[in-house]
Amino acid sequence: MTATLSEPVAATDPAALSHNELVRYSRHLLLPEVGIEGQRKLKAARVLLIGAGGLGSPAALYLAAAGVGTLGIVDFDVVDVTNLQRQILHGTSDVGRSKLASAIDRLREINPHVTVEAHDERFTSANALQLVARYDLVVDGTDNFATRYLVNDACVLSGVPNVYGSIFRFDGQASVFCTDEGPCYRCLYPDPPPPGLVPSCAEGGVLGVLPGLVGTLQATEAIKLILGIGEPLIGRLALVDALGAQWRTMKVRRNPKCPACGTRELKALIDYDQFCGIAKPVVETPVPEITPRELAEKIERRDDFLLIDVREPHEAEIARIPGAELIPLATLGDAIPALPRERDIVVQCRSGARSGKAVRQLQAAGFYRVWNLAGGILRWSDDVDPSVAKY
Amino acid sequence: MPIQISLPSALATQTNGQRKLQADGATVGEVLDHLVAQYPSVGPRLRDEQGALYPFVTVYLNDEDIRFAGGFAAPVADRDELVIVPAVAGG
Repeated sequence: MTATLSEPVAATDPAALSHNELVRYSRHLLLPEVGIEGQRKLKAARVLLIGAGGLGSPAALYLAAAGVGTLGIVDFDVVDVTNLQRQILHGTSDVGRSKLASAIDRLREINPHVTVEAHDERFTSANALQLVARYDLVVDGTDNFATRYLVNDACVLSGVPNVYGSIFRFDGQASVFCTDEGPCYRCLYPDPPPPGLVPSCAEGGVLGVLPGLVGTLQATEAIKLILGIGEPLIGRLALVDALGAQWRTMKVRRNPKCPACGTRELKALIDYDQFCGIAKPVVETPVPEITPRELAEKIERRDDFLLIDVREPHEAEIARIPGAELIPLATLGDAIPALPRERDIVVQCRSGARSGKAVRQLQAAGFYRVWNLAGGILRWSDDVDPSVAKY
Repeated sequence: MPIQISLPSALATQTNGQRKLQADGATVGEVLDHLVAQYPSVGPRLRDEQGALYPFVTVYLNDEDIRFAGGFAAPVADRDELVIVPAVAGG
């Protein structure tokens, strides 16, 4: 869908600036580095934001405010209340709406002269090249390794610069990849980590303001590239350390052996889930589950069983189910030898994802009477004890 | 001689929360060996079972990626700094 937010400008030149726009952008026009010519470049520019989340939020807000004429946004997600701590495109009243609908409303309010092209789909190997080819540059605000390598390769193959940003906990990275002269993401990290080794922000947390720092840096780089001013982060990796209040840049060299931008042996997009070692769903026995209500009954009956909480200690401080023994997932392997094999075991986490992995790990270690708490402590709060905080 | 090492907060979980550390050695590899001797659980997060640096971890000697600057054999000198930057994907 395409939402045209601006009144069509009467002039035939699509980059012509109306009187209202000249007033709006006056602080830009005062800068010799921008001026009317630069502002017209911004208006003519087409930027594709991949993800309207933590990084995409500040990037979209500032690019719209700055007068980038066309913003494409790819996102298929719905606004969740846990997004609001950092995803400032969306507000409390947007919870449950699509992120794209929310973004269109917010960006229209910021700057009605901007056209938002909303792509309500997952960014995949099937659509990536067609999408990227329609834009001048890409802002990578994705949240997983498979999509990051996909964004990179699509940008290399299409010759479109990739303004990269990535965050975890208190640390952020930004760079400009896939330019004619510079390196690409694969030059920096040739291969992804195996699944499960590097936690996601949903598992490890992220300081809410950190995507603000990094996403704003991405918007800055995008604007510099459009205007052709300053020294862009090509061949440099900016590291943002929020705890140390430190900001440094490292060299990123083009790797002559890089299959994407070096040898160019990569001629087409690949299966990025496979590249990242993400197993295709195979038909196997489902993880045995117990519902929160069944668990409550088990506790009430005083059944003999062990309840293991595989979350992190700081999560247990927020909310816990009484009687649960805390064994964070990363330490489960060490704890297995001491676990009782004769007792029933129920495993719980926040949503049921990590505890599902723990059940598989226990099954692999020869535990047969082990169940996953379906929906985790979130569903426990919904179905059994609303006084337990959801987070 | 002690070399300064900087870790991201994600790795500092293995070093009692410390993000600035010191370790001794004449090469990048020796300094990392000394770091791992002090904090053994850091090792498997940097290197594979053969001892090679993972492709998803970058080690900088000052601001140079060691893969392009001699690898673990690169000599280090007083006041040099190693910065360890694992890939992260959050957004």
